[in-house]
Amino acid sequence: MAEFLQFLISGLTVGAVYALVALGFTLIYNASGVVNFAQGEFVMLGGMVTVFVSAAGVPLPLAALIAVCVAVVIGLLLHRFAIEPARGASAVTLIIITIGASILLRGIAQIVFDKQFHKLPSFSGDTPVDIFGAAVQPQSFWVLGGAAVVVLGLYAFLERTVLGKAVLATAANRLAARLVGINTTTIMALAFGGSAAIGAIAGILVTPITLTSYDVGTLLALKGFAAAMLGGMGNPLGAVVGGLLIGLLEAFGAGYLSSTYKDAFAFLVILVVLFAAPQGLFGRRAVERV
Amino acid sequence: MLEIKGLRSAYGRIEVLKGVTLHVETGEVVALVGSNGAGKTTLLRALSGVQPITGGEILFNGEPIHRLPPHRRVDRGITQSPEGRQVFGPLTVEDNLRLGAYRRSDKDIGSDRDRVFTMFPILAEKRHLLAGGLSGGQQQMLAIGRALMGRPKLLLLDEPSLGLSPLLVDQILDAIVSLRKDGITVLLVEQNASAALAIADRGYVLETGKVAYTGAGSALLADPQVKAAYLGIE
Ligand SMILES: Nc1ncnc2c1ncn2[C@@H]1O[C@H](COP(=O)(O)OP(=O)(O)OP(=O)(O)O)[C@@H](O)[C@H]1O
Ligand SMILES: [Mg+2]
Repeated sequence: MAEFLQFLISGLTVGAVYALVALGFTLIYNASGVVNFAQGEFVMLGGMVTVFVSAAGVPLPLAALIAVCVAVVIGLLLHRFAIEPARGASAVTLIIITIGASILLRGIAQIVFDKQFHKLPSFSGDTPVDIFGAAVQPQSFWVLGGAAVVVLGLYAFLERTVLGKAVLATAANRLAARLVGINTTTIMALAFGGSAAIGAIAGILVTPITLTSYDVGTLLALKGFAAAMLGGMGNPLGAVVGGLLIGLLEAFGAGYLSSTYKDAFAFLVILVVLFAAPQGLFGRRAVERV
Repeated sequence: MLEIKGLRSAYGRIEVLKGVTLHVETGEVVALVGSNGAGKTTLLRALSGVQPITGGEILFNGEPIHRLPPHRRVDRGITQSPEGRQVFGPLTVEDNLRLGAYRRSDKDIGSDRDRVFTMFPILAEKRHLLAGGLSGGQQQMLAIGRALMGRPKLLLLDEPSLGLSPLLVDQILDAIVSLRKDGITVLLVEQNASAALAIADRGYVLETGKVAYTGAGSALLADPQVKAAYLGIE
């Protein structure tokens, strides 16, 4: 029981991070139709910038804020100088552009920072909390709570504000969005900035648990992508559920089977989804009658 | 109010508008008719700024607008109910209407929405339902209502009667006529040429990217050549 609970909580914790990465994919995909494989680099930037800025003597909360801002600026630059000029290009071209951006960002990070692994102190100490026999790191609560706040915040933004509805409208019908006067270029920039912020927050929250380095983004992007696919590309709820499921799959797989193949589960999920249910668990957000 | 001079537009290398010249005066209902593929939809899209043009100019109240992005044209008072309705399917009826007023921040958005509901009561009934689940006719009403929420001076309507039952067509045409009383100028594109010309002050017949005939609605309706070619009446 304690062991099961241990796996469950650690699965949900990594799953929450995958969910945030998947949400980033979803937001950009919805607003622009682009699958942004540089999503993982936003997570890396969140962790790395916080590490280096706080090492320079800046208090942790402020360092984290700076990291989010840096990621947002990079996200906006990515949109302005890599995605926007290629407007109208094919999906494959756009994907290659984002893969290129991801490689570039990793290269720059390697030069600006270094190739070492880095750690951040846990926000609330390292004394494990006992929950029915399972020893839970306090940082797990920060990850889960932080992810919940981001998800609810994004939900409130999309469902309760006119700007949020403009994002949904752009996703649903770009032509009609432009006809009612929504500046879809601004909406796309907003999506890139927002996704960058979400990714960076995930990176900051998880770095005390998993460490970070210039290249953590690659694997995270793949797992977040698997989560988004599992949930049904473009579906925010699906992204969250998909992320949690992949986290759980990894934790239980590593716990009960073998930790050697932990990272293979995400790839397995991608393959199974592609073959068995390309539309994912939740399919499209809604079916439009023509 | 609207003056189009020698407007050209192309899809790739295929020129679809080959120098269209027409004008719409304030308070008029002007019908634009023509057979399939004549370029009517392309013209309306060019007016809204979502279709690039390759030549000519568009003047609105004397000022050139053909270089403005779509949202600036909405600001000037040009809105459109597009061909195929194009409602925001995953959003509610009410959200669709609110987004029609996206460029506005005044206090009258609520009362304008209520006026749309008075015009199309069925939309009030379904206000909390997703637009994608509405029938074709209801979606058409929603598309027109959404365009009205932008407080247009010039309303562009692309095939508002397409695929609707005769009863609904009458309801939509009545609504268009009533808009004139509210001081809204209308440029109406229709396949259903006789119905459109019957309610229009003036009409233009577009033929493969050029204006072929123009005149008062009633005169075009009576013109033997127009009749034979576009109204399906011998
Ligand atoms: N996206 C597009 N790409 C290439 N050609 C197009 C495109 N849209 C329209 N066309 C072509 O441009 C021409 C004019 O089309 P348009 O839709 O403007 O005509 P229309 O008068 O609105 O016709 P309809 O009465 O069928 O709505 C047609 O020959 C059509 O095939
Ligand atoms: Mg058309």
